[in-house]
Amino acid sequence: MNAREEILHRVREALGADRGGGFPAPSGRVRRTDGRASGQGELAALFAERAAEHAGGGTAVRHVGADGLGTAVAAALWARGAGRIAVPADLPFGWLAALRGVEALADAPPLEPDELAGVDGTVTGCALAVAETGTVVLDGGGTQGRRALTLVPGYHLCVVRAEQIVATVPEAVGRLAPGRPLTWISGRPADGAGARVLELLIVEE
Amino acid sequence: MRVALFVSCVNDALQPRTGRAVVRLLERLGHEVVFEPAQTCCGQMHWTTGYHREAAGLAARFAGVFGRHEAVVTPSASCAATVRAVHPRLTGGAPPPVYELTEFLVDVLGVTDVGACYPRKVVYQPTCHSLRATRLGDRPLRLLRAVRGLEFAELPDAEECCGFGGAFALKNADTSVALGADKVRHVRGTGAEVVCAVDDSCLAHIGGMLSRLRTGVRAVHLAQILAATGSGGEGEEW
Amino acid sequence: MVTPLPLPVRFADAARTTLAVPGSEEADSRRRRAEAVAELPDWEELRHAGEELRDRTLRHLDTLLETLEAAVVRAGGTVHWARDAAEARRIVTRLASAAGGGGAVELPSPLTRRIDAAGALAAAGITLHRAGGPARERLLDAALAVSGARFLVAETGTVVAFEPDGDARMCLTLPRTLITVAGIEQVVPRLRDLEVLLQLLPRSAGERMSPYVTMWTGVTPDDGPREFHLVLLDDGRTAALSDGTGRTALRCVGCEACLRVCPVYKRVGDDPYGELPGPIGAILTPQLRGIEAAHEASLPFASTLCGACADVCPVRIDIPDVLVHLRARVVESRRRHPVPTPELALMRAAAWTMGDRWRYERALARATRWGGLLPGGLLRRLPVLPLLLGRWTDARDLPALPDRSFRDWWKARR
Repeated sequence: MNAREEILHRVREALGADRGGGFPAPSGRVRRTDGRASGQGELAALFAERAAEHAGGGTAVRHVGADGLGTAVAAALWARGAGRIAVPADLPFGWLAALRGVEALADAPPLEPDELAGVDGTVTGCALAVAETGTVVLDGGGTQGRRALTLVPGYHLCVVRAEQIVATVPEAVGRLAPGRPLTWISGRPADGAGARVLELLIVEE
Repeated sequence: MRVALFVSCVNDALQPRTGRAVVRLLERLGHEVVFEPAQTCCGQMHWTTGYHREAAGLAARFAGVFGRHEAVVTPSASCAATVRAVHPRLTGGAPPPVYELTEFLVDVLGVTDVGACYPRKVVYQPTCHSLRATRLGDRPLRLLRAVRGLEFAELPDAEECCGFGGAFALKNADTSVALGADKVRHVRGTGAEVVCAVDDSCLAHIGGMLSRLRTGVRAVHLAQILAATGSGGEGEEW
Repeated sequence: MVTPLPLPVRFADAARTTLAVPGSEEADSRRRRAEAVAELPDWEELRHAGEELRDRTLRHLDTLLETLEAAVVRAGGTVHWARDAAEARRIVTRLASAAGGGGAVELPSPLTRRIDAAGALAAAGITLHRAGGPARERLLDAALAVSGARFLVAETGTVVAFEPDGDARMCLTLPRTLITVAGIEQVVPRLRDLEVLLQLLPRSAGERMSPYVTMWTGVTPDDGPREFHLVLLDDGRTAALSDGTGRTALRCVGCEACLRVCPVYKRVGDDPYGELPGPIGAILTPQLRGIEAAHEASLPFASTLCGACADVCPVRIDIPDVLVHLRARVVESRRRHPVPTPELALMRAAAWTMGDRWRYERALARATRWGGLLPGGLLRRLPVLPLLLGRWTDARDLPALPDRSFRDWWKARR
């Protein structure tokens, strides 16, 4: 017997009469919504509050209107003193329209790791956000780029549209795109070579 | 009401004053106490140490001795938990209706003021089995707070284990004593004269350390406090 | 050496040398957990859901592993099976050699330590760097990474990792080849099931969510490793699975909440437990490694059975019950010894005495010294008794022996 056959055989022997057989049925006993925050404005407020409370200093959160986004991005990068940033190739033009004196490198063709390590930061969107945990979720979809883009640079400015915020973890899991590489970011770790600064811009109409 | 007392082997042999206190207390409240002389041990020590065959024999024996009683009271939260949670697994049958003393007083008799008087400063140690196995909650505290003359002090980190743990006290004596030392330090910090609990085995461990250190702090079963009337008569010794 | 430290010593002997005063961070972490848990109105319901999910997973484990393998392969990964740590080590060495030159990084986990991934690669002439500290440049250059993982989603082949710091994410994303080592019990049926675990695990660790959670499915074009290998490890897990009570220990999701509330662990730390620390280690290690050796046989007794661990376990493992169950397995295995252990003789004698009213009363009447609960002459035949007594009286006084037993008082009173 090869290892695969032997392990599967051992599992079946070990379970004996307790063995379920087949693929198990799903469970139905989990809370899907949070009764506390329901409206979009409340969700955005809860998300901002929780994101700001993360261990390791919390995450800077700013609320902006849709027409103020370009200015807010420029202001955040200016405050960081960022001169060169890397961005996903499909970032909407308007997000970077107000930049002055900041060089934005599009990640197409993909930048080399040492090029990424040389930039001052990155600007992306997200797939969704979770209010009760203050989490942003990236799935490599539109406005987010590949994982290395938000991983190597030391500063990440992430744009969250209010309608992307869900209340609870179960709601977020229900919206995950299977097969995509997913990164859930909740504040930043206290240490490690990869400790990055995350800042959030919440766009509300 | 007619109540059978399961005194527990430890109390029968080593702490008879706890059993005497239960008898005095229940009789003072107007109830009849009976003592089945065939009773010995619930098998807790054998069960928790891994001697399940021996525990099974003792569980079966317990059912035979107490099976026909309507209410069995014991001044030991860990023995009550053993009968309730372990005996059915050993005997396959429903266990006799065993109540830990404070459960019996509060839930069955519906009393929290038992007319006791005990003019001492007291801390209460909620033993692990009273907290997490019999889930006594605040019953012992409600009884204690109604005792006249008693000055109650909060024990810091009260819900931390005292380190006794049955065979643990011997098999891991060093760790057991280290945990006991923490408990002793907290008891001492309150300035209490008496530490009380609802399990005499934990009290033997805590009290043994308090005595070794010549602190003068006494370890006393809650039943003795509830039985005291301040008269200075038999059993009023502390 | 495959196993880092199968301790030759009993728990008690190791603990004697590691006793220490817990720091204030212990209390802080417990407070953080309590706050994180209190925030969810349905916490107890979630724990039940977690228990049910893990039990269901274990009962369907064979099907789920086959489904997982197919999904990983479909997503462009490769699955390897290892019966034990040595086999996993050989697989990792072979894959690393094939991955060619360039540095390697390890994202340390209990399993990468167990199979000694660093030693394996060193033997193959590859230098493995542990993630952590000023290793950023090495992380950027590494061609190969070896990691652990938290969950494996059968339905999609997705691997889930919870990361305490940013290095982990770099290990999982930047190298060309990623080798992940995971236990067969770490599978979950569906992506949807993560809704339970993504709440239970971080909050049990004292956070609303871990700083980073990464999920990847095979390989993704132009994003992350080009090659992905999943090594599925048995290494004693099927032995644990064969014990209906002991099996519940395999529910563990690795939150370590039981460690932080354990009075014994807080005082003695990781080392006396050997491979896996804390209450969960005390019930898992003897099952994974067997109870023949003194160290493993001592682990189920390394607890006061206070029950604090069971109250916080997010998947409701009844750790005290499993401890007692394993104690019985140790006792049963020793019953077959040609010469009974002193403890067995003692416990049998006590049960024999307690089994009959008259024997019990005779023993009580003789109770002029400790050991009076035992039949006469036993003290002489069992020199272990003074030894046990000494372990008590070393730091504790004995209660003053009463003049008469309770039952004698009762008889005299009538």
